[in-house]
Amino acid sequence: MAVYSTNEFKNGLKVMLEGDPCSILENEYVKPGKGQAFNRVKFRNLKTGRVWERTFKSGDQLPGADVLEAEMEYLYCDGEFYHFMKTDGSFEQVAASEDLVSDAKDWLKEQDKFQVTLWNDQPISVTAPNFVELQVTVCEPGIKGDTATGATKPATLTTGATVRVPLFVNEGDVLRIDTRTREYMSRVK
Amino acid sequence: MLTAIRRFFECRGVIEVQTPLLMPCTVTEPMIDSIEVPGYGWLQVSPEYPMKRLLAAGSGAIYQLGPVFRDGERGRWHNPEFTLLEWYRPGFDDRALMAELADLVNELLGTVDYHDQAYGALVPATLEGDAADLAYADACSRLSGRVFVTHFPKSQASLAQLHADGETAARFELIVDGIEIANGYLETGNPDELLARFEADNRRRRTLGKRELVIDQEFLSAMAAGIPKVSGVAVGVDRLFMLQQRLAHMDAALTFRI
Repeated sequence: MAVYSTNEFKNGLKVMLEGDPCSILENEYVKPGKGQAFNRVKFRNLKTGRVWERTFKSGDQLPGADVLEAEMEYLYCDGEFYHFMKTDGSFEQVAASEDLVSDAKDWLKEQDKFQVTLWNDQPISVTAPNFVELQVTVCEPGIKGDTATGATKPATLTTGATVRVPLFVNEGDVLRIDTRTREYMSRVK
Repeated sequence: MLTAIRRFFECRGVIEVQTPLLMPCTVTEPMIDSIEVPGYGWLQVSPEYPMKRLLAAGSGAIYQLGPVFRDGERGRWHNPEFTLLEWYRPGFDDRALMAELADLVNELLGTVDYHDQAYGALVPATLEGDAADLAYADACSRLSGRVFVTHFPKSQASLAQLHADGETAARFELIVDGIEIANGYLETGNPDELLARFEADNRRRRTLGKRELVIDQEFLSAMAAGIPKVSGVAVGVDRLFMLQQRLAHMDAALTFRI
């Protein structure tokens, strides 16, 4: 694997820091006129999502991390692992443990595509697309014509997730949901 | 901004000079890397040595405004080529020059109050070397307003005279909103002391695995011939321009990027 010096640190570069794969978010060059030059670097730890800040002497090096973002199709859950398949025609599959899919779990529908981060070919995180379309399995019957009050009720989706929806929504409707805010966007015909 | 600077010095009777950018020797400062021009020498990191040779020749008060070069310096507040303003005031001590620098900055950025801060109040005395540099950079970045940092330790005297205490140097830096804008000294003209500092620089360069540099004998012989009591200061003009125009990155202050 390549080794990168502080002057090669660019936003998005994947490097190993203290044993974890990280993505560089920010790299600021700091140098007192007559003093040692430093790089103040912000990283996102790709395993935990936490932001780390570290200062290096300019010229210090970090090893690159073999990290790949791949679009993968969700196949099924075997009770313990969640299985995904690459969409690049290779049909390669990976199995992600429950803690890796926790953020995406509410939106996991078979054949939907997810962003999977692979480190040394092993999944380290699964991100849902910003919008998903899911069917309502359980909710109170719709109230016709109530499109203006802004009142909401809970609805359970095929994935088991519960979201707030407008009163006119019926069981069996397919809804478009923003996964970042869990908000109802629209009905899908 | 360039016109305003030239007008400022014209009004005060300081003469503009132009010394070569390309010279056979360069500074020995361990943490400043010069760009070598094979067959000729080095692009200058500041016009300090040739300007002091002019002072030794009796030039009187002089200023220079132009590009300088520092290898590897690139970032939000750095570019390998940048514009430096440097001036020397025979008869001024460091305090008098700080006051004149404040006048200039007031003219360019608007008038505000200045505060003094001793280096020792920013960096714990127990720190030295890189740890001290890092602590200093962090402390400066947290300073708001316009602050003169004074009383640098002897180890960072560079080309400044020492105060009577023998421990701190008559060196100052001006920090504006956390950014280093200027560095000045009440200059030492003692050639033996300068030679000792240059040799110490070269020893430090050796321990850092950097190339040792030829000591500028013409500069030292000019100092031996004698310079008047003089204070000098160097100002980062691109940074001043960034602050004046509220630019977020040096690239926006340059006509073209390298």
